[in-house]
Amino acid sequence: MISKNEKLKVTPLYDIHKGLNARMVSFAGWEMPVQYTGVIDEHLVVRKTCGLFDVSHMGEIEVSGPNALEAVQSITTNDASLLKNGQVQYTLLCYPSGGAVDDVTLYKFSDTRYMFCVNASNTEKDFKWIKENIKNLADVKDMSSYFGQIAIQGPLSQEVLQNTCNLDLSLIRYYHFQQGNVAGVDAMVSRTGYTGEDGFEIYTQWDNTVKVWEGLSEAGTRFGIKPIGLGARDTLRLEMGFPLYGNELNENITPLEAGLHKFVKLDKPYFIGKNILEKQAKEGLNKRLVGLEMIESGIPRSHYKIFARDRAVGEITSGTMSPSLSKAIGMGYVETQFSSIDTKLSVEIRNKMVMARVIKTPFYKRNMTTKVAN
Amino acid sequence: MEFPKDLRYTKEHEWVRVEGNIVTVGITDYAQDSLGDVVYLELPNDGTGVTKDETFGVVESVKAVSDLYSPISGTVIEINDALVDSPEVINDDPYGDAWMLKVEMNNSSEIKELLTADEYRKYVEEEK
Repeated sequence: MISKNEKLKVTPLYDIHKGLNARMVSFAGWEMPVQYTGVIDEHLVVRKTCGLFDVSHMGEIEVSGPNALEAVQSITTNDASLLKNGQVQYTLLCYPSGGAVDDVTLYKFSDTRYMFCVNASNTEKDFKWIKENIKNLADVKDMSSYFGQIAIQGPLSQEVLQNTCNLDLSLIRYYHFQQGNVAGVDAMVSRTGYTGEDGFEIYTQWDNTVKVWEGLSEAGTRFGIKPIGLGARDTLRLEMGFPLYGNELNENITPLEAGLHKFVKLDKPYFIGKNILEKQAKEGLNKRLVGLEMIESGIPRSHYKIFARDRAVGEITSGTMSPSLSKAIGMGYVETQFSSIDTKLSVEIRNKMVMARVIKTPFYKRNMTTKVAN
Repeated sequence: MEFPKDLRYTKEHEWVRVEGNIVTVGITDYAQDSLGDVVYLELPNDGTGVTKDETFGVVESVKAVSDLYSPISGTVIEINDALVDSPEVINDDPYGDAWMLKVEMNNSSEIKELLTADEYRKYVEEEK
């Protein structure tokens, strides 16, 4: 529920959400749709056909100038020099302590122009952090109020989008993007997402966002496209084991503890936080993020304690009843010695110990037979 | 949104149907709608004592955990086992198949303190 004196920002699609009878909630300072028809229904639509997400609340921060690459390299854990024009990279910003400022995607337009897409909850913090640490090496611009953003996600995304886009989408590979035209307006089409399904994230000028939404809704009608709220966005990413900043990541958690080794390039000469991450890589980690499935009945939730025998060894960061798998799953941090696959642990749920097991993530794999809840 | 006339209600969004000294307890249409997709239900065992305004169980949606509060005091004489196995029925039929408990009352005068359908409807409209 939204309290009356809360001043919330709204996206260009606010009236459309209201018209669709979406349930609106306060999220990261924005009034956003959490569900339209129901979380489970929306979740399964994305797994089976395709869904449309308003992600205009996400932040966009541009870094440009002759030394843009050097500037970006100094504040990111992944290696931005590997990017070609039109390519996207998942990367992290860290504090000198190694803790995460944010997890972001990095877009390369040219050698002199890059853009970060950042979590809505972190936009202001990230902008300040990037500006402070890049200093005069490059220009840093907050473009968040310039861009609206819509995600189309699910196996039929390409087919739907192709109906209203001038680009040959079959030529855009995963984690690549192109500039083109969607629903009659200029747009940047990126083959990325946060659901584990094929799909695209479409950036357009703020005032053109409605046109893109309406164009995609119309193109998708015969494919069964539906609008998807933040509720299903969360269950979809959780089934994939994707971290959510504020849950699996924060200033006290390093990317290595979160299992994001692939995105930390310690062979880079320098980036903020590298010393600590190098030390962690060498000496080992005290805690690690694990995926859990419940063996006994109960749903793990954020902040529930995780026990090994009678000792608390960690805490749940996210949990839910998985709509695709119809079983209770969660993620959480545990002391490293309890993090190997198949370790039996307990989750304390309302003063009761409920048995769980460490399993591999992603919990859900594409093309798994989807168990449909009646 | 439905508010059947023959039931009594609480501000915690439970309903009761009174038949002699036995009451049937469930959660309201408004409650199930606010919760969203229900995926988990925890109820007390037969024979458990319940106390007015105290928790007797838990209902969870995909996103949230909510306590269930007993509308009256007494002893649980029957629980809806089928509902624990298929808690999604709470969304489909909150006043029918989704009954949760039958309770033998200790003090039937507690019923008078519960809201009528009209009072509850008014309360819900104000809460929105």
